[in-house]
Amino acid sequence: MTAAATVGDLVSQPYKYGFVTDIETEKIAKGLSEDVVRLISAKKEEPAFLLDFRLRAYQQWLKMEEPDWASIGHAPIDYQNIIYYAAPKQQVKKASLDEVDPKLLETFEKLGIPLSEQKRLSNVAVDAVFDSVSIATTYKEKLAEHGVIFCSISEAVKDHAELIERYLGTVVPSNDNYFSALNSAVFSDGSFVFIPKGVACPMDLSTYFRINSGDTGQFERTLIVAEEGASVSYLEGCTAPMFDTNQLHAAVVELVALDDASIKYSTVQNWYAGDENGVGGIYNFVTKRGQCRGDRSHISWTQVETGSAITWKYPSCVLQGADSVGEFYSVALTNNHQQADTGTKMFHVGPRTRSTIVSKGISAGHSSNSYRGLVQMGPKSVGARNYSQCDSMLIGDQAAANTYPYIRSQQPDASIEHEASTCRISADQLFYLQSRGIGFEEAVSMMVSGFCRDVFNQLPLEFAAEADKLLALKLEGSVG
Amino acid sequence: MIRPDAPVLLEICDLRASVEEQPILKGVNLTLRAGEIHAVMGRNGSGKSTLSKVLAGHPAYRVTGGSVLYRGDDLLALQPEQRARIGLFLGFQYPVEIPGVSNLEFLRVATNARRLEQGLEELDTFAFEDLVRERLQVVQMDPAFLERSVNEGFSGGEKKRNEILQMALLEPLVAILDETDSGLDIDALRIVAGGVNQLASADNATLLITHYQRLLDVITPDYVHVMAAGRILRTGGKELALELEERGYDWVDVEIERLEAAELEALAAAQGSRTPAEVG
Repeated sequence: MTAAATVGDLVSQPYKYGFVTDIETEKIAKGLSEDVVRLISAKKEEPAFLLDFRLRAYQQWLKMEEPDWASIGHAPIDYQNIIYYAAPKQQVKKASLDEVDPKLLETFEKLGIPLSEQKRLSNVAVDAVFDSVSIATTYKEKLAEHGVIFCSISEAVKDHAELIERYLGTVVPSNDNYFSALNSAVFSDGSFVFIPKGVACPMDLSTYFRINSGDTGQFERTLIVAEEGASVSYLEGCTAPMFDTNQLHAAVVELVALDDASIKYSTVQNWYAGDENGVGGIYNFVTKRGQCRGDRSHISWTQVETGSAITWKYPSCVLQGADSVGEFYSVALTNNHQQADTGTKMFHVGPRTRSTIVSKGISAGHSSNSYRGLVQMGPKSVGARNYSQCDSMLIGDQAAANTYPYIRSQQPDASIEHEASTCRISADQLFYLQSRGIGFEEAVSMMVSGFCRDVFNQLPLEFAAEADKLLALKLEGSVG
Repeated sequence: MIRPDAPVLLEICDLRASVEEQPILKGVNLTLRAGEIHAVMGRNGSGKSTLSKVLAGHPAYRVTGGSVLYRGDDLLALQPEQRARIGLFLGFQYPVEIPGVSNLEFLRVATNARRLEQGLEELDTFAFEDLVRERLQVVQMDPAFLERSVNEGFSGGEKKRNEILQMALLEPLVAILDETDSGLDIDALRIVAGGVNQLASADNATLLITHYQRLLDVITPDYVHVMAAGRILRTGGKELALELEERGYDWVDVEIERLEAAELEALAAAQGSRTPAEVG
């Protein structure tokens, strides 16, 4: 038995979150048209400005073409064969959790996200999104005491329309790319976070996305605004049932940081990845961008990407304010026939802006894992600095790892550093650990954790364990 | 220390093994009793290192015959990690580097795996730090090495000290040290050998695999075995090592040639006694 074969067995653990909740769902008919866009907007009782925003985006989308430059391949997506809105039948958003359908609460509990008063996580507020709608948000009142707004974006459209109108689409314009245009036209739900001037958010915020229906696309939209001197740490998690068809998930996340504000955004992505032959799984085509609008502002992305059949995402930072800081820490694990083309873009606009990129790709099975990153130093980015480190780990001999760093500088007084490495878990390393009494699975897990440590250190404490658990699930049979 | 009544810890019987279908061990016999220090000497390619890897359970080697009993139980049936947990230790000739895995954490996990097997309590981070700091003395190692990744960027001598530190923590009953002296300067050799001497006791046994006499100047073996072409050709006391040092290994070649010629003849004779149909 070769080490590679055994590691291969290890990484092929079954997906734990593949169950379907049997719940009555209200769905609209398949397909996309202007009428569908109007219908979604009407269902959500949206103000006119938002309907206009959607219709404009739809018109732009019609004229655009699906991007084909990423190092991924898939059969053409039939956009008319997708349901663009699905919601559990529960007419009004419930005032209290007690009124939420117990089946939904049970679903989230099963996913490790208890929502009820007694069981909910003690220091994290959670917004739970099921298919196209948010079903519950915890700790809203407590957060409100601090002036923090944390609610679903649909609620925000109703209750804080002026904030939505001021910020929505200002970081990721609807015509930014094909999928952002699609999302802007049909987005269903997601989270809205607003941290007022000078407030440090008293607890971590988290949104948990769950796709339940088999033929639905999920198009969530998240907007986080931190005013001057405000700070927040936010985490999103996601899972989906196992279906043998591919499902489209095209989200848009926008972050805005004003002077001295700081936003830390962490993702643990575990959408269904398809089976070992590459059948089924989520197409995760996501646009995430943060804008450091203010001086000395700080935006940090941390992502642990383990799921999805295809991942196409580049959480980026526009470093506009002087002395602003952008960070990107990423672990992407692909197995079987998964494909990931992920990385970041750091646009250095203002003077003395700094960015750090640490990317760790782990490829096993027949998967393909690419890092694609852009570091751009604009003409005014005097004294700007970037440091990038891209490491790949190969498990077995069928997997591929690629690195595509793009560097553009229009500023002679900017410094850019790029380091890259590729390694393989060798049979000798495994044997060394084993010969000290460490079991095979633990040895693999230790090496993978060690490889990812720089990134895991960046995760909020509450979620570092979750990320470790997730990798363990993918890499270990015995840990549950 | 030779005591004929001491318990047998390791009994290797006619052990045969190959790597990539190439036979390397061709019938090794060796018995280690508690309290004994054995040295296996021989040229490159004689099978010394293979013997150590087979005993530790390296997956690249396939056992094709013979048996190994560890305190009376079948060692070869166990996974490498199980062998380590019950007290078999291999000090590597070339310890690998494991980037990202903290040396301290690695030592703790390994120590606890062994302790668990011994029915001892697992050590938490604090208790383990106390223990490891005490054991660092055995090899006069700088605690700074605990904070680094396993063997990463260690010099040859530091890697070997780290091996003996692991041995000091795991307290094996049978320690196999593969070319522990290679790549060491004379001071490092003294420190490493001093560590091995400190750890040797009436309850455990040590198997030194080495090329040179110089290690045996500082660790006195009870037995010296000369290995060639995958088997142990001759066994003697420590004076055999001195004899090798003086005479070199040329006589070994002569003896092996003679032995293999005799075997071929025996084989031919055995085949000759069959009917032609059987041979065809």
